[in-house]
Parts: sequence; structure tokens; C-alpha cells
Amino acid sequence: MTTAPIHPTSETSIGFGSRVHSWVISVDHKKLGMMYIGVGLLFFVIGGLEATLMRLQLLKPLNDVLTPHGFNQMFTMHGTTMVFLVGMPVLLGFGNYLIPLMIGARDMAFPRLNAFGLWLFIFGGLLLYYSFIGGDGLYGMGGAPDVGWFAYSPLTSKAFSVGHATDYWILGIMVSGFGSMTTAINFMATIVCMRCPGMTFMRMPLFVWLMFTVGILVLLALPVLTGAQVMLLFDRFLGAHFFDPQQQGSVIFWQHLFWFFGHPEVYILILPAFGMICEIIPVFSRKVIFGYPLMVAATLSIAFISLGVWVHHMFSVGLPPWLNSIFAASTFLIAVPTGMKMFNWIGTMWGGNIRFTVSMMFATGFLVMFLFGGLTGIMLAVVPFDWQLSDSYFVVGHFHYVLFGGTMLAVFSAVFYWFPKATGRLLSEPMGKWTFWMFMIGLTLTFFPMHLSGVLGMPRRVYTYQPGRGFELWNLISSSGVPFQIVGVLLLVTNIIKSLINGRVAGPDPWDAWTLEWATSSPPPSENFPKIPTCTSPRPLWDRKHPEDPDCFYE
Amino acid sequence: MTPQEISMTSIPHTHLIPSSAPSRGKVGMACLIFAECWFFAGFIVAYLFYIGKSSSGPLPREVIDIKPVLVNSAALIASSFTVIAALRGLARSNMGSFRFWMLLTIVLGGYFIYGTAMEWKGFIVDHHLTISTNLFGTTYYSLVGFHAFHVIVGLCLLTAILVLSLMGHIHVVRDHLRVELVSWYWHFVDAVWIVVFTTVYIVGMRP
Repeated sequence: MTTAPIHPTSETSIGFGSRVHSWVISVDHKKLGMMYIGVGLLFFVIGGLEATLMRLQLLKPLNDVLTPHGFNQMFTMHGTTMVFLVGMPVLLGFGNYLIPLMIGARDMAFPRLNAFGLWLFIFGGLLLYYSFIGGDGLYGMGGAPDVGWFAYSPLTSKAFSVGHATDYWILGIMVSGFGSMTTAINFMATIVCMRCPGMTFMRMPLFVWLMFTVGILVLLALPVLTGAQVMLLFDRFLGAHFFDPQQQGSVIFWQHLFWFFGHPEVYILILPAFGMICEIIPVFSRKVIFGYPLMVAATLSIAFISLGVWVHHMFSVGLPPWLNSIFAASTFLIAVPTGMKMFNWIGTMWGGNIRFTVSMMFATGFLVMFLFGGLTGIMLAVVPFDWQLSDSYFVVGHFHYVLFGGTMLAVFSAVFYWFPKATGRLLSEPMGKWTFWMFMIGLTLTFFPMHLSGVLGMPRRVYTYQPGRGFELWNLISSSGVPFQIVGVLLLVTNIIKSLINGRVAGPDPWDAWTLEWATSSPPPSENFPKIPTCTSPRPLWDRKHPEDPDCFYE
Repeated sequence: MTPQEISMTSIPHTHLIPSSAPSRGKVGMACLIFAECWFFAGFIVAYLFYIGKSSSGPLPREVIDIKPVLVNSAALIASSFTVIAALRGLARSNMGSFRFWMLLTIVLGGYFIYGTAMEWKGFIVDHHLTISTNLFGTTYYSLVGFHAFHVIVGLCLLTAILVLSLMGHIHVVRDHLRVELVSWYWHFVDAVWIVVFTTVYIVGMRP
């Protein structure tokens, strides 16, 4: 394979300054998508460092790496960063990059709105992190927000949160949330209006279906959070009483509003990962996805049911038993469509000619880790079980299996799968395999013992623990997983930089795939396709490669 | 036709379905309105949740005078019809009719804002009810205020269109859809008022 630069002109003849300028002013969905992913991965490193500090603090009992206050700030910033500045932008970035290519369009429906959304997100992220400098306010207290990522009232009231830390939390998330909403509007308009001739809804790649559903959920959930945050701002600045118990305001009301947003948000973070897995597993199993219509139906039912499960975050509040029962039932119910997906992925792999590339290894790892996180989720839906383990490390272990073992492993799988499309270069497979095992070992070491320390009674969000309660060993193991994950991240970053410079040239279709993004060159030209493609089946590229046996004969 | 007879270039075109998708502007505006609905839903739920929970006065029944509100509401609802008439005028390229009905829409919307301002003046000056007085004030000013804010945004858009049309920059073929989308937003603002009215002035008045 050659190692010559792919674009000799663009690599050499344009200066650095004007190349940066061309990215800043770009409205091209591909550049915007890559910037989303790039900035998201940058925040991933920052959020990871915050987690590392927490794990250092919890390495042994009565440790003093962080002050109690600093620990509160770290878990708040870690959670907020990972959800709003890593998960959402990275996943929306993949959607931005892939949706127009997958449906055979030249760009998103509103390219300038798209750029506006990206810069809102970046500005929101900077605003949140500016709190480290500006959060002190006039009172000389505070710094970064320390109220937890769900910012329960009355912790956020003026009396308990002096200075401007909470205000930066509100405004940073609100601004980046506006960015996500514009992106969601763009996704919906693009998917409904911009599909190439022949691309019916039931021929769309499942990733596009999943992003369509995510668009609906973003438009539905984020405005509720924005509304709740506006109420909080009114409380803090205008003396309103939305969440002020002294004037009969209800602190539980914040929890309802937050989790009405918060649970769909969980699905906003996992559905795109499902979509990636739906694209990657069939290609590396050399089989059509098993049960396409069922996958679509399961996706829509997950989105629908996710609107009615939020109280399972509030079982320990003391709401009436009948209410808890209803929400426990709906939470069990949501496991059914999720289980269908699980079985459909396994059904796709079953009997397939599986190629264990790094991307497929991450996808398989996703299946295992997400299954584990999903099962502990069902356990937590049992109300008495939740009463026992709510706010313990069991919950922390559960959602890290889902979000790290689920979403992030799918993102790594997607990075290895689509990197050659975006850059024209393949990532190094041997280095990728090391990355995979580092993450698998690191994840298991860090997050599995949390279930045990949680069952033993270790509460989350407490900066230290007493010796002699049986927590030492499990915390030591948890912390010992961190170096593996750091090595994994370093390997991935090295791999990306090295492959950008002299990776193997990928060609338009390195994986022998079937969807339209592989029908154009790598990287795609700025207009995506020289000629708008047409689509005759769910696997248009298969039809082109195998005209003697096209998919449309079996529709 | 057997599969062997199909060549690379002749994948049967019966499988291609002509694209009859709606315009992206319509989908975009529909999505914006959908999101706005959920934004308002939070404030409406807050209002309903806190009815009768204020720990001190003044209470809704002591301060609300329904008569001017009814006139206000009539003006806003009428403006939904006048904007339809304006669009009809635009579709017929009758710019005189278009401008007349647009102006009337803006006047009616402006009257609504004036009415809201007068109601707030009465509350603040005469009854000493502000956003920080009690839960009624908190939820009332937030909900009605956000609705009024949306009316003002709509008025800005409508005024911009009227000014552009007076300058001769509105063209029927090119701009009909754009004006129609602004009218969708205006109808949405109107529909939200019906819900807000029901919440604040009917449900909220019950003892």
C-alpha cells in the first residue's frame, strides 16, 4: 500500500492559518461532524481526568488528594461533561457526518443552522468550564459547580449555592442544549426531505432510523430541561419560588422535571450507539441485519416508553406506592424492545462469516457490556431493591456499564469503522486490538467492583470512607482499572495521529459494505456524490456490486 | 425476468419511488413548534401543580379581572384569521390586500401585548403582586410572560415582513412559503394562548 498524501494540494499548498479558517467558516456537514466528534473527544479526555482524580481520592480510606468540596466539583463536572459535552456532541457529530451520506444527500437541510449549532455547543462547553475561573462570584466561594449533574434543589438555591457556580452550570448546559435542538431540527428535516430517489423510510439504514428517533427525543426532552433551568434562574435571580420550600415550592417538582428530561436523555445517549451497532455487525458478519422492521418498531417503542419511566430515578423519594408500581412496570416493559434488539444482533451474527476487525471486536464488546448494564438496570427497577441500593455505588456501576460499556464502546467501534471514510486512511489494526483489550480490562476492573462495594453499602458522591467496612479492596481494584483506560485513550489518540500521517490508504469501500456512504470516495468530495445516487433496496451498494442478485428481489 | 438478465445499469426503476417529500422549511418549523410545545408544557404543569398552594396573598380570584382579558384574547384569536387573509392576498399577488391584513394582524397582536402590559401594571402597582410575592406570582408571570415573549417575537417577524413588502422585497413565488411559515408560528402562539387562558383564567380561578 502506498503512503503518499491523498490530497497533495490541500496538504501542502494551503497555509495552516487559512486551513483553520476554512474549518471555522465551514457549513459542510462533514467538517461540522468531525469538529463535533473532535471537540467531544477533547472533553472526553477532560472528563476522564476528573474521574481519574476521583479514583485517586478513593484509592484508599481517608485519602486527601481532593478536599470534600473539590470532590463534589469533580463528580459534578465529570457527569455534566460526559453527558452534555461528550455523549451528545459525539453522537450528534456522527449523525451530522453520516446522515446525508447514508441517505444520498449533498448536505443537511439547513447547513448554516448546523454550523450555528456546533458553535453554540462549543460556547456552552467553554461557559461551563469558565466556572473554574469565574464561578467565585462576589463572595469568594465556589468555583466549579458542586451540585451533582442533576442539580437537585434545594442545593441549587441561593442559600446553599453561593456565588455563580450553579449559574454557569445552568447557562452552559442551556446554551449547548439550544445547539442540540437546532441539530435535532436539522436531522428531522434532512431525513424527511432530503432522501435520494428510491430511499423510502423502510429502506433507510437503521442508523438513520435511530437518529430520526433521537431527533424526536431531543426536541421533546431538552425543552423541558431548558424550562426547568429557566425556573431555577428565576428562583436565583428574581426571587421566584418554584423550588423554594419556605414558600410552599416543591423540591420534588425539580426532580420530576429533571428526570422527565433525564430519562429520554439516557436513550438519546444509547440509541445512536444502537444505530452504529446495527450498521457494523451486519457488515462484519456478512449478513443482512436480522429483523429490520422489528428493529424499527423496537426503536420507536423504546422512544415512546422512555417518556413514561422517569420516576424510577425517584423511587427512594417516598412517592405513593401505586405511582412507584406503575413506573416500575413501565421500566420492565422497556426491557422488552431492548431485548428484541439484543436478540436481533445476535441473530445477525449467528451463522455469519464473522470478521473480527477491531471495529467488530468493539461491537461485540458492546453487546456483552451493554447486556450486563441492562440487566442491572432491570434489577434497579424492582422498587424494594432500588430502595436498598439507590445512591450507592451499585447505581454508579450500572450506568457506567451502560454509558461507557455501551455508548462509548459503540463510539470506538464507529471510530474504527468510519475513520477510513472520513480521512481516507485505515486505523492501525494491531494497535486497535491493544486499545480494545486495554478498555475491556480497564472497564471491568473499574466498574465491576463498584457493584460489590455498592451492595456492601458504599454511598456514591461521598469523598471518602472509613477503613474496616469492607470497601478497601473493591475501591483499590476500581482505581487500579484507571491506568488501563488511560493507556487505551493514549493508544487511540496515537493511532489516530499516526494513521492520519501514514496510515494505509483505505479506498472508497474498505469493509465491502452496503450503504451509500461507501459508494463515494474516501474522504468524500464536498458535494458528497458526483451524481445523486438512487436507491432500490435497503442495501443500495450491494445492488450495485451484485447486479445479478440485487436485494430488491427479496423485499 | 430472471436475476441473470438484470445488468448493472438496469436495476428495475419500478423500485424507485418519486420523491414527494414536504419542504424542509415546513418540517423545520413543525419541529421548532413541537419543541416549543414541550417548553410551555413545563410552565403549564408548574402552574397547575401550584394552584392554591400560595402561602400568602394576593390570590388569583382577588386580582384577576376577566373582562379585559377576554377582549385581549379575542384580539389575538382574530389576528390568526387576519394573517390567513394576508396569505390569501399574497397568493393572489394582491399586495395591497396583503399589506392591509398584515398591518391589521400586527395591530391586533400589539393590542394583545398592550392589554397584557396593562394587566401586569394593575397587578404590580395596585395589588403589589410580583414574581417573588408568592407561588401564584411566580407561576403566573413566568407562564404569561413567556407567552407574551413569544407574541413579541412573532410581532417582530410580522413587522419585518411588512416592512420588507413596503420596500418591495416580498415576491409571491419566492417568499410565499416563508411568510406561510411565519404564519404557522403565529398560529402556534395563538393556540398556546388558548391553553394558557384555560389554565390561568378558568382552571386557576376555581376556589
